[in-house]
Amino acid sequence: MSSYLEANWDDLTPVPQDDGPEPLAPISYEPEYVKAMDYFRAVALKDERSERALSLTEAIIKHNPAHYTVWHYRQQLLTSLNKDLYEELNFITDQVQNNPKNYQLWHHRQIIIEKLGDSSRELPFIEEVLSNDSKNYHAWTYRQWVIKTYNLWDGELSFVDKLLEDDVRNNSAWNQRYFVIFFNPTKPTEEVLAQEIQYAITKIMLAPNNISPWNYVKGIISKSNEQDISVLEELCKDFEKQDIISPHALGCLVDIYESRAKAGSTEDKELAIKKNSTIPYVTNIGTTGSKFCAPFNKDIYYERVGY
Amino acid sequence: MGIINGLRPLEELFSRNDGYPTASSTIQANTERSVYELFKEVKDDQTVDQVKLDRDTHIEYVRNSLDGLNRYFVILDASKPWLCYWMFHSLDLLGYEIGSDLIKRGISTISKMQNKTGGFGGGPGQISHAAVTYAAINTLAILGTKEAYDLIDRDNLYKWFLKLKQPDGSFIMHEGGEVDIRGTYCVLSAATLTNLVTPELTAGTAEWIKRCQNFDGGIGGEPGIEGHGGYAFCGLASMEMMGKSDMLDIPLLLHWASSLQMQVEGGFQGRPNKLVDGCYSFWVGALFPVLEAILTRQRYKKNEPDEENLGYVAQSLFDREALQEYILIACQYPRGGLIDKPKRSPDHYHTCYCLSGLSTSQNHVIYDIEEEMEKGVTNPGARSLLWAEDIAGTFVIGDPENLVKATHPIHNITLPQVQKIIEYFYGNNIDSSK
Repeated sequence: MSSYLEANWDDLTPVPQDDGPEPLAPISYEPEYVKAMDYFRAVALKDERSERALSLTEAIIKHNPAHYTVWHYRQQLLTSLNKDLYEELNFITDQVQNNPKNYQLWHHRQIIIEKLGDSSRELPFIEEVLSNDSKNYHAWTYRQWVIKTYNLWDGELSFVDKLLEDDVRNNSAWNQRYFVIFFNPTKPTEEVLAQEIQYAITKIMLAPNNISPWNYVKGIISKSNEQDISVLEELCKDFEKQDIISPHALGCLVDIYESRAKAGSTEDKELAIKKNSTIPYVTNIGTTGSKFCAPFNKDIYYERVGY
Repeated sequence: MGIINGLRPLEELFSRNDGYPTASSTIQANTERSVYELFKEVKDDQTVDQVKLDRDTHIEYVRNSLDGLNRYFVILDASKPWLCYWMFHSLDLLGYEIGSDLIKRGISTISKMQNKTGGFGGGPGQISHAAVTYAAINTLAILGTKEAYDLIDRDNLYKWFLKLKQPDGSFIMHEGGEVDIRGTYCVLSAATLTNLVTPELTAGTAEWIKRCQNFDGGIGGEPGIEGHGGYAFCGLASMEMMGKSDMLDIPLLLHWASSLQMQVEGGFQGRPNKLVDGCYSFWVGALFPVLEAILTRQRYKKNEPDEENLGYVAQSLFDREALQEYILIACQYPRGGLIDKPKRSPDHYHTCYCLSGLSTSQNHVIYDIEEEMEKGVTNPGARSLLWAEDIAGTFVIGDPENLVKATHPIHNITLPQVQKIIEYFYGNNIDSSK
């Protein structure tokens, strides 16, 4: 794409920015940015749909990729000028490398893909971005949109597996796992849920202090028919026997006793309070009112809220 | 209790990788180490009582920025109202007297960003955007004069809000823009302050937010997306403005939020297994006063007649001392401004949200449940007015002069500024029983 500087702008009167007198937090723009923006305002004012306007948007975006007004205009230009949208995808791919956490770029990509109706490049593209930052929130958000919209559920669980092999503490990958199981139009069977519980337990055993699979397994249990957190009791007690310290395991035991206490067992109420006092709670933090597992001490919660 | 004077030696606090290191645990260990070294020095020297907020230095950093920014700030050229809000709110928290000249310039600057079609843009001539509109309205609320309030074109603002509204109850950020929960919070906060919340505006919104709460209790940007401190704040604050917090799983949200306070650093991470960041001092920190209010309200509603059980649920559901230690010892940049974590550079965003988090941990801001129960508050403006300081609950580490002003846990502007703007726009209609 040619630079906007190569275009002829003689017919256009640049429109300077109207900041008013003594504006606050004025930015000392580079002259090139001022020039491009002055042309942009002039172009936008007459709603000019031209090649030179398109090259202008590119120049501004390179200075400021968060310029949503310019992106919005660019989208209209691409349509009016009937541009090759695959070329636009290449432009976005380049830009994302430098600005992987920019809202506008990801949204722009979504708009382009919607117009193209071709999602074939998307999962590899996102995978590439995630290979540099496996927790990039924008990339995961976009990935979920692509999967939902184009029904690309099939390979996702193995993709998540791979990421969890790389880093079992990747909470985004755990979230994606839940997404695959529950947002898929095919609802999970009890058998699938039982497998997921086992999967999470295996991962918990690798690193009992890793909160992500604990949260995951409790999420799965709460969606199962039984909803019985006691399935984790053996695991937690094994950790205790082996002197493996995990506040998540202790908190989980508290929750198990608590759930029984709620069903009327006074013995379990005592156990819950006693177990709670053994949690090596970290910063002496007050409390949580966790439904299931709490890594923190609940004394204050018991005292003031009761259960 | 805090970290430095906590019951356990600092060395015992390091998180355990269970002999199974991964990328996450390795960078976590490095971050803990960098904060530990700062804490250890204070602990060894026994100077925690002298820890000081470098108020003047931070004021100077922000005040200079109001007069001008260098060319690298071009990346924020579509976020000018944010810059104004971050700077003015920081100054307000720090007790800087915003004089008539700055007020005049502030109003003039923001006026250039308002569009005739409703809402505010990121700069003069830019299309309206929900996030910068929130920032613009908050800025005008901080400036706090009749002229500032009268600038707001409420009729067109409301029409534009409705254009952002989606059939599923969510809001897009701008026409042709993305949906996420920030849009919902920004619209509702601005509409609450300016008396524009209607059943039409909020239809389906609480149901949509409920769908954003995840299996682990956190709230994400959209349904299905990972829970995140910033989005969780947007979700909970929005629900509370609408009086719909009970639709969320509150115990699970509390579990998730509590787990985000870091055991060595004392600050908050934004998601499980991510690193501490000073900005979550507010985004996550401010969840707690709201959660306290909700828990207290739930107990009142259960109508336990036992008098001694009534009263506020808890002094605090997070370690307020630990958070102050992180902000004051690890997040102050020596030449002014506050930072994400040690070895980072300051910016106005982190300065604003570290200070807002400091305010949330020093001041105990509580919600007047009894008043709500007696009057049957149904109006979001009246609800926002029920937040007030519980002076007896103020807690400051280090120099007593470190205390900054109390911020509102829903709108994140200081309490008197919230009161003034709401009283202005609601007038006599604030009586919420109607």
